[in-house]
Amino acid sequence: MKVRLNARGNYGEWRKAARAALTNGIEPKFVDWAVETETYDLFGETASSDDAAVYEASEGSASTPANARAQAVLKPAAFVSSAFIELTEMAICHSDAKRFDLCYRLLWRLQSQKHLLDDPADPDVRALHGLVKSVRRDMHKMKAFVRFKETQAVSERRAFVAWFEPEHFIVAQTAPFFQRRFGDMDWIIATPKGSAAWKGARLHFSEAPAKPFELKDEADDLWRAYYANIFNPARLKVSAMQSEMPKKYWKNLPEATLIPELIRDADKRVRQMHERASSAEAPAFHRALKSRMTDRSQ
Amino acid sequence: MKKSLRERLAILSDAAKYDASCASSGTSKRDSRSGGLGSTESSGICHAYAPDGRCISLLKILMTNFCIYDCAYCINRSSSNVERARFSADEVVWLTLEFYRRNYIEGLFLSSGIIRSSDYTMEQMVKIAKDLRLKHDFRGYIHLKTIPEASAALIEEAGLYADRLSINIELPTDAGVEALAPQKHPQNIRRSMGELRQKIDEFSEPTFRRRRKRFVPAGQSTQMIIGADATNDATILGSSASLYGRFRLRRVYYSAFSPIPDASNVLPLIKPPLIREHRLYQADWLYRFYGFDIAEITAGRKDGMLDLDLDPKLAWALENRERFPVDVNRADKEVLFRVPGLGVKSVQSLLNARRYRRLKIEDLVRLKISVRKVKPFIVTDDWTPIKLIDRANLRELFAPEPEQLVLL
Repeated sequence: MKVRLNARGNYGEWRKAARAALTNGIEPKFVDWAVETETYDLFGETASSDDAAVYEASEGSASTPANARAQAVLKPAAFVSSAFIELTEMAICHSDAKRFDLCYRLLWRLQSQKHLLDDPADPDVRALHGLVKSVRRDMHKMKAFVRFKETQAVSERRAFVAWFEPEHFIVAQTAPFFQRRFGDMDWIIATPKGSAAWKGARLHFSEAPAKPFELKDEADDLWRAYYANIFNPARLKVSAMQSEMPKKYWKNLPEATLIPELIRDADKRVRQMHERASSAEAPAFHRALKSRMTDRSQ
Repeated sequence: MKKSLRERLAILSDAAKYDASCASSGTSKRDSRSGGLGSTESSGICHAYAPDGRCISLLKILMTNFCIYDCAYCINRSSSNVERARFSADEVVWLTLEFYRRNYIEGLFLSSGIIRSSDYTMEQMVKIAKDLRLKHDFRGYIHLKTIPEASAALIEEAGLYADRLSINIELPTDAGVEALAPQKHPQNIRRSMGELRQKIDEFSEPTFRRRRKRFVPAGQSTQMIIGADATNDATILGSSASLYGRFRLRRVYYSAFSPIPDASNVLPLIKPPLIREHRLYQADWLYRFYGFDIAEITAGRKDGMLDLDLDPKLAWALENRERFPVDVNRADKEVLFRVPGLGVKSVQSLLNARRYRRLKIEDLVRLKISVRKVKPFIVTDDWTPIKLIDRANLRELFAPEPEQLVLL
């Protein structure tokens, strides 16, 4: 059986295909999961999949996950656990083409081994956790590294946009976080792997890849001033920084342009502190304080 | 001429970088769906990392770096010639909100030099937190560093708006504080911690009538400077244990003494002892999460200093070889916690996995456990260390390659 998927993080399309395969008793090795390669034109409609590629979710129920959970009832004969749904919802967002096959194989095995997922040493379970971990990390980095820039407001609410490049198809999963945090402003997060928008009533999501854009925000300068000065050159530890803030994220971080210079000058700055040592004379206000103290004690 | 906002931001963030904490987690869960701006979830987010490897989660600034105190280790001491600046309350509020909206930060960590009096300074800081919460309905994270000797009423008010309050104990011993920070009084700092603990307890008492007001939901923390005086690690860890026990602090931060511009000449201008700081944090973790006693951790060390080459758990295991090897298929959780190379998470997955199978070395590999590190200390279905645990040179298997020393 050949299954063609849009493969842009939409859980519904995989679930539907997996349900069909399972009810027809098709073994995992006979299912060929293929990714549709299609071209999007920027303003046109997207894929022909009947799980609409552009959908809206009402506030509170957030985006797909909650809806997916409600509908994820397979035929009575089929067994899924809530842990399975929770994990595969994440894994499907991964960009590795093997994810569909792995998730289906797990679904298949789950029918005879109900506690399969509880065994972290099973190779398939391990692989699933590997995908989930990578997706979670990417979601976490998105929450951390999206940088909003202010743009022309269309109402009395302030408006912001951000360009971000995630590794996986995580925009729909991560957008509710921004909704919870930035409820009082309009915002759009545009990425090559789908975009999200919030104008106060509904969270909108599109699977279509967006194009990068440049936008200036004056606050970025203040932020750079902060970044440069909170850094302690005497504690330079570049590898620790890079493991948490890998270079692939740098190009969309306003502060990252400063990094090479800060690293280069760190040694020099520390040496200068040593050479200068302490100045001979304390500032005038210190001397004033001192004399006030002695006055008081007399 | 008045300095621009950018210039003052540069001065007042430079002055704030010696405060180690940047935590923004462990507070109450809030969000902006019912209005306002901001949210806090179970764990904080590090929005950037500086090239010193430290996370930037909060806008960490001083309200002012003018200070009437003259603490030798501090960049802002009155006798230092650093440039001085001051923010108005509105400027701090504006910066916090604008930084927050751009997703640079989780919130504000505000500290200050002491101007006029402790109460005056504290009042100004409380006003900033209060404006953020009440005028601007800000729901992000706020950490206030309280001012020593400020009145209990002001601290209590601060607690209504802040997620976390902290007061620095500064140095691990009272004698150290008296020598280097003559205007600070350790007993008053501890009294202030005690009062805050009492308040936190009071506010968390259950009530039948209505919901209690939120009060310092992320608790209190403190910081001590490491390496500015000769205190050994055993004493430092003992001080921490007593602080954790008496005042139920969430965290004690250790800050390696770091050279500062225009340093006082009573202090060594040394390279900050970063590895020592790291080992102290590891020992602190063993105490808080792994069931170790402070005395156990340093018992094998004659000078009371942690081994810089080995992490404290490994050093302890090498001193206590009679406790090993441990059978990962049978040992209790508490025993597994003490195996070098096993963390809280890997112990949990071992416990889960062994309900389904007898664990072999390959299972540990799949659980992402460093087999090289744990092998001498464990027994699995297909592995026994035989004599490995008794080898005299076991330490060499773990100790890092010798490195050329760098001066400064």
